[in-house]
Amino acid sequence: MSALERATARLLALCDGAAQRSGALAPLRRAGREAFAASGLPDTHREEWRYTSLAPLAALDFASASSPSPRVVAQAGAEIFSASDVARAPALGDGIDLKQHPLAALATALLDDAIVVRAPRGVAVEAPIELTYVSAPAERAEISLPRLRVEAERSSSLRLVVDHSSAQPHGAHFTNAIIEVVVGENASVELTLVQRENDETFHASNTAVRLARDARFTSRVVTLGGRLTRNDLALVLAGEGAECTLAGLYLGSGERLVDNHSLVDHAVPHGVSRQLYKGVLGGGSQGVFRGRVIVRPGAQKTDAAQSNPNLLLSDGAEIDSKPQLEIWADDVKCAHGSAIGRLDENALFYLRSRAIAERDARALLTQGFAAEILNALPSDALREELLAEFAQRVAAEARS
Amino acid sequence: MSVHEKKALLEIRGLEARAAGKPILRGIDLTIRPGEVHAVMGPNGSGKSTLAGVLAGRPSFEVTAGFVHFDGRDLLELMPEERAREGLFLAFQYPVEIPGVTNNYFLKAALNAVREHRGQDTLDAMDFLALSREKMKIVGMKPELMSRAVNEGFSGGEKKRNEVLQMLLLEPRLAILDETDSGLDIDALRVVASGVNHLRSAGRAMLVITHYQRLLDYIVPDFVHVLAEGRIAHSGGKELALELEAKGYGWIEKEPPAAGEAQ
Repeated sequence: MSALERATARLLALCDGAAQRSGALAPLRRAGREAFAASGLPDTHREEWRYTSLAPLAALDFASASSPSPRVVAQAGAEIFSASDVARAPALGDGIDLKQHPLAALATALLDDAIVVRAPRGVAVEAPIELTYVSAPAERAEISLPRLRVEAERSSSLRLVVDHSSAQPHGAHFTNAIIEVVVGENASVELTLVQRENDETFHASNTAVRLARDARFTSRVVTLGGRLTRNDLALVLAGEGAECTLAGLYLGSGERLVDNHSLVDHAVPHGVSRQLYKGVLGGGSQGVFRGRVIVRPGAQKTDAAQSNPNLLLSDGAEIDSKPQLEIWADDVKCAHGSAIGRLDENALFYLRSRAIAERDARALLTQGFAAEILNALPSDALREELLAEFAQRVAAEARS
Repeated sequence: MSVHEKKALLEIRGLEARAAGKPILRGIDLTIRPGEVHAVMGPNGSGKSTLAGVLAGRPSFEVTAGFVHFDGRDLLELMPEERAREGLFLAFQYPVEIPGVTNNYFLKAALNAVREHRGQDTLDAMDFLALSREKMKIVGMKPELMSRAVNEGFSGGEKKRNEVLQMLLLEPRLAILDETDSGLDIDALRVVASGVNHLRSAGRAMLVITHYQRLLDYIVPDFVHVLAEGRIAHSGGKELALELEAKGYGWIEKEPPAAGEAQ
């Protein structure tokens, strides 16, 4: 038995415990367990996991699994309630193919609750709703299963910030999150996901988004912490005229790994998708970006662009970037590119010629690279906080 | 060499330098004293920008011979940021764009690094705002350029104004202007020159590098040097610039006049 198989067996034992519970979510848990039992923890022979080894995760001794309770900042106009509120709760899990996503299958098998956020028809919720998760790292790692369903009904709008951090700087934890987003006709959802747990935390997130006609969706994923982070973000542009913007910023340091897999499925004509993932990698860290864009037959006038620039701060850092376009329609506009670079020597000299010390100049240029993503964050306080945290982590990386 | 009362601020002797392995400077001798304005002219490829870059510490140039003393110290031993803190300033021919870093943040960081070195208190955001507004008026710079990323999307004239603004804020002891006039229309040139003249004082020196005599109508130099093939081919007073403008650089190369006495 390999280490991954042994870990799979331990996780399945936890799933069996969860299966004892009855209630409305029991059938979903069963489906999750079945899918996870079939796949197990994936090894690097699977294409989607080629660059991301789960061996460090498999080495953990998992104590228990539960749905965490976030601190919630609600906003007038939006409904926020638990999935255990059976009368109101929608069906969960319709957007995720559990057979394709082993960690989402695991999260589903262990699920005991979910939070539903809903903007009713025509309601514009301007200020961001905030969900803050603080994990408590422990010697025997716990698995937390934040699960969220976001629904924006016709012509409504909603902004959401999901913020993950750790209570302590050391100690392992495994956050295995699922976010389902349904954006109704002419509605708009903006989702900011912040991952700034300690450097021993494992974080998997699976976000599935469905856009109706003329719907708009924006996501920003900011990854500053975590031992191993894997984000799967899949969108289906199911209605004509839908638009999405996917932005990401990941900072690698030490031995950390950050893996972003995106999938944008243009199923119908006149869809627009924009992707910009920026990576900053130092130390012996590893970045992975795989962005797939599918333009289905008949999805004419699709306009898809994807870009993945990366800044390598050290010789030991590594990025595996793979944009992937699958185009089955002939009248479309698609662009993609990835770039790997170092700090601009000319800019570095310019700053130094203005009395700024080399180390500060390097940090400043690195922050400048990240600012394009961070400056767009929905709240001033969060933006300032993350700019400072980014700067502090870059400075720590430069010292190490 | 004639006797001067003032000690040299910058002393260059036998300076040779390479860029990408190719010799560019082939033995420069130049002495600049406080209060003096020196102009360096010369055709493309004569080594003007290399000289400026070597003095400011651009890493891509390799000094192979000679020495440079700045206020008695070995300048070539200092890192670029140390040179700047000691009071050397280079206005770039091609100011660099820095995405994501606001001009305001950049200029405040630069000024405070210099002030700290001089043993002065650093300025807070309010004090810096007041000071930068005052200096911006001198160079006719739009206030909104302070909240934009450094030089990003600036017009050619705006970039050069921004260089002079930095010079006004940092108050260097030696300002080197590397073709600050290139590509400027006459109005922008006047503004830039008046900013430079604003800073002229008995304790401060300037090295004005230019391809065109026009700038020297506005920044009147004490000495003019002609650079050709990596050496100072001729030195004279401000009238030398007019002669060059009339006769072209070919004149220097074909029939070099007798060695000047500017030193």
